[in-house]
This record gives sequence, C-alpha cells and structure tokens, in this order.
Amino acid sequence: MADRKDTVLYLDNISVSFDGFKAINHLSLYITRGELRAIIGPNGAGKTTMMDIITGKTKPDTGTLLFNGNIDLKKLDEVSIAELGIGRKFQKPTIFENQTVYDNILLSLDNPRGVIANLGYVTTKSTSDKIDELLEIIRLTKYKNLEGSNLSHGQKQWLEIGMLLAQDPDVLLVDEPAAGMTDAETADTAKLLINIAKTKSVIVVEHDMEFIRALNSKVTVLHEGAVLAEGSLDQVSKNQEVIDVYLGR
Amino acid sequence: MISDKFYKYLGISGSSFLCIMGGAILIIVASNTLLNSDHPLHVSSYVVTLLGKYLCYAILAISIDLVWGYCGVLSLGHGAFFALGGYAMGMHLMREIGPRGVYGNPVLPDFMVFLNWKELPWYWYGFDMFWFAILMAVVAPALLAYIFGWLAFRSRVTGVYLSIMTQALTFALLLAFYRNDMGFGGNNGLTDFKDVLGFNIQENRTRLVLFVISGLVLMITFMFSKILVDSKYGKALIAIRDSESRVRFLGYRVEHYKLFIWTLSAGLAGIAGALYVPQVGIINPSEFSPANSIEAVLWVAVGGRGTLIGPVLGAILVNGSKTILTSAFPEVWLFTLGAIFIFVTIFLPKGIMGLFNRSNRKSNASGISKIAGLRKIFIFDGKKDG
Repeated sequence: MADRKDTVLYLDNISVSFDGFKAINHLSLYITRGELRAIIGPNGAGKTTMMDIITGKTKPDTGTLLFNGNIDLKKLDEVSIAELGIGRKFQKPTIFENQTVYDNILLSLDNPRGVIANLGYVTTKSTSDKIDELLEIIRLTKYKNLEGSNLSHGQKQWLEIGMLLAQDPDVLLVDEPAAGMTDAETADTAKLLINIAKTKSVIVVEHDMEFIRALNSKVTVLHEGAVLAEGSLDQVSKNQEVIDVYLGR
Repeated sequence: MISDKFYKYLGISGSSFLCIMGGAILIIVASNTLLNSDHPLHVSSYVVTLLGKYLCYAILAISIDLVWGYCGVLSLGHGAFFALGGYAMGMHLMREIGPRGVYGNPVLPDFMVFLNWKELPWYWYGFDMFWFAILMAVVAPALLAYIFGWLAFRSRVTGVYLSIMTQALTFALLLAFYRNDMGFGGNNGLTDFKDVLGFNIQENRTRLVLFVISGLVLMITFMFSKILVDSKYGKALIAIRDSESRVRFLGYRVEHYKLFIWTLSAGLAGIAGALYVPQVGIINPSEFSPANSIEAVLWVAVGGRGTLIGPVLGAILVNGSKTILTSAFPEVWLFTLGAIFIFVTIFLPKGIMGLFNRSNRKSNASGISKIAGLRKIFIFDGKKDG
C-alpha cells in the first residue's frame, strides 16, 4: 500500500490471542511520517492491545511489525522500542505521583538512560530551560514543585503528554488524552496534538467524537481486533457497519 | 565552607540528624570514659557495646530501606548478606587467635582441629589479613546479591514472589552453614575471638572504639545514601518503585537500576555484619534465620520506609525495647513485636517519620484505606500497568 520508506509504522496481518480470545485479528495498519491518525472503536476492539503490541508490551502471535521500514519491532523489548523513538501515553494517566512535576519531566527528558550517567547527573541550565519551556506548553509552570499526586485528572493527562514530549520521540501513541478534561482543555489538547503532528507521527485513541472532529485527521475504526473502516470522520460516520457496531449505540 | 556543602547535600533534616548522631556518640564516649562507674550518668561498657550493636542494625536497616523504601523491592533475606559480612569478619578474628586456641594450632581454628582437618580449606586463605576480610565482607554478599538479582530482575520477578525467593535464599544458607563440612564451624559458628587488629576484643577501650567506628560508618552510610537517593538515579529508582512499567516505556533499563541498588545494599549489609561480629563476639548460622530478616524489615517499617532517618530510628527503638522487654518479660516480646507491627501498619503506615511529615499525608484516611495500608506496606501494591 503506502511506500515503505514513508511508512514509519507498518503493521501487517498482526494477530494476537489471549487464552483463545482473539484480541487482534489480522490487523493491518500503516502510519506515515508526520501523520496524525485517530483510532476509534467500541470497548474491546483492540485499541489498547494494538498500542501494547507496538510498544513491545505484548508480542504478536503472527504478522509483520516494522518501524521506519526495516526495524523489526517484534524482536525488541519495551526499553529498546522506547529508545528507538516510540513514546506512549497510557489510558489511565501514569505519572510519578510521589515526585514533583519538574522531576517527572526531568526523568522523561531525552538524556542518557544508564545507571552510571544518572548517578553523576547534574542539571544544566539548558536542561532546566527546556523543562521550563515544556511546563509552559503543558501549562503546569506554577505547579512545578508540586507532587504529581496533587494534580487534577486533567492536569495529570497534560503532564503525561509533557513527559511524552520531553522524550522527543518520532512516534507518539496517545491513549485517550481527553478523558477527564473540560471542553476547553479538550480543545487545547487537540490543538497541541495537531501542532506536534507537524513534525512527528501521532496516533490517538479516543472516544470523544468532538475531540476526533477537532483533530481533523484520517480515522481508523477498529472492531473485534481488525480494521472496520478507514477515512475521514465524515466518511466513516456514514459507513453503515460503523454505525451498527459503534456510533449507533 | 564545609557546613554549607553539608547543608546543600543533606538538607535541614539530614544535617541536623547527623549532628545529633555525632553529638550523641561524643556524649556516650565522654560519659563512659570520664565519669566514675557509680555516677548516675555513667554509660557502662555493657551499654556501649549494646548501643554499638544497634548502630550495626541501623546500617542494616538503611540498606534494606534503599531497596525496599526507594525501589519497592521487599527483601526478606537481607539478614543473609549481614551474616555473610559477619562470617568474613569472624573468619579473620578466628585466624587472629593463632596458637592461642584450645588446641594450640597456629593455623587451623579449633573446630577444624576437632574435625580432624589437616589443612586450611582454600576459601579460608587470605583471611589472616584484615583488609582482605573487610573486602570479602563487602564482596561476598554483593556477589551473591548480584547473581541472585541478575537472575531475578531480568526475569522480571517482582513483588511477593521475589520476597519469598529471598526468604528461601537465607533459609538455604542457614541450612548450609549448619553443616560442619562447610568449614564455617557448623552449629557453633565462629567464636572465642581474642583480638581485633592486635587489641584485646574483651577490653572496654576496644569496645568503645568499635562503637565509635560503627557510629562513624553509620553516619557515612547515611550521607552516602542521602546523596544517592537525591541524585537523578535515585529519582529514577523512586519512579520504578511507583510505576515500573512507565519507567520502562520511558526507555530506562529497569533491571540495571534494580541490580545496582540491590548489589550495593547487600554490600552495605555485609559491612554492618562485619562491624557487628567483633562487638557481640560470635557469629553462627542462626544469623541466617528467616525471622531475623523479617524483624529487620520491621525496623524499617516502624521508622518509616522511604526516609533515611526512619530506619535508623526504627532499628534503635525496636531493638532498645527488645533488650528491655526480653530481660524484664521474656515471654511477651514476640507478642509485643506483633502488636508493634499491627499498630504501625494501621495507624502509622509511614512509620514514625510519617508523624513529622503530616502535611504530606492524605487527610482523613478512612479505616478501609488504613487496612489497605497494611496490604501496601507489606505485600505492597501490585505495580500498576497502563
């Protein structure tokens, strides 16, 4: 389908089953460089499992899974995949609750990850400037020294997005970023993601249709572990199958 | 200024804690040496040795806290590393006895002569040198921990499974060291020490010096640990404790982080054991008993895990009460220990140190969440994945 060179993520005929239940069933999906893609689908459609597969948490039973056209992600573990430049935001905001907002970003920044490097690590001016810049983007500047557990749900979502940005990955997998946000925050999140997608590839899983509409991107509908439909939101929302399994309910 | 540096690295609580520690040690030394033995404030040499023992326990408690409080790895086998360090020191002290043993053999310790051994086993070589014994007191437990940790962490063994394995480890060593064939004195262990570095081990002055050294090592351990947990490495460690898989998805090799602190902690426990043995005058396999390791974890829980001051307070307070209670009412000690544990987990889930950091505590914790605290503190909450 798409030219392999431009395909940053190439999932072909991927299947995985848990105790006989086919969570992902011959799924094929191609994400090109700099693409913003929205993934929707009913609960249990395999959206989170798909992210687990891409990030190495779950190994597919069969199928091809390539990054940048030639790197076989099936052979790598979570850490190597993260090092390659695939970042992830979890469905339930997962931040370091007992550490400050500042430290959360510091730990996520794209710096050496080794034990020795971090034993003698000293924060430089440019690093703290970069953290301040990111905190500005995610609007948590005044909460810089607050422990993560004190943030609201929406703020935690933003912090995790900030952590994702700090990693500076090529591909961002974003699972339900708008959950628990106000309408205004949701709109801002959409703007932020559109902005990121100018230089990176972004895959967003969401249920919020207003949010998907705001993203104004290509939409993939998953159902029972496979792609049911693909196209613009207007196209897929007219698709009778999609209405039957998802939108109509 | 040195004091500024201290303050910068240790913070207000850390610096004041060190000052109090140092002051307390000085006062005890002064009282022991300058005051007459009938003076009411005189600290007897018996008490000095007892306190020296507690200081060794405090070092062990910090080492447990580094892995448990900061990395979420609950070790129920740290007593094994402590005992190994103790044995390394014991082996040196045995060699130092020389021809003054009952059988008068200049090379072989008494128990080997008794077992009719003709030669010193190879693994006893080098222990006649003090520096070698000290080195081994760190290297032996650290090496064991490294191998154990390498196997466990890369297979992602966590939670209760790992805790049970550490119990098995210390129990296996207990059984092994009971055997005479092992060449560590079997059931009786190593004892009847005469000198340490040429100084009579029974003498009050030697005991006082051992107490001071234990205090200094504890203070150095405290400073070193404080700097370690405040570094970015330490921050990553806490992140692993709170959300292991998140850290992995950030690209950190979690197993390397765990292995480093685990090995370091075992070496630290070994140092504690090496300081402990000359003060108590004996090391035997009972030091490997699983209950010892569990008790040590309790000191940390009582003091407050995830703080460095807490484990020190916990070790000293629990052992102090133990000494008092076991001599006054020997039969109630175990019940008291159990009661302390239940009390701490329900009412002080963050230990004694939690009392000082009340502002950080979630207000109006309900009864249910207090019970959950009990689960959390010991079994500890399952690592939450996304």
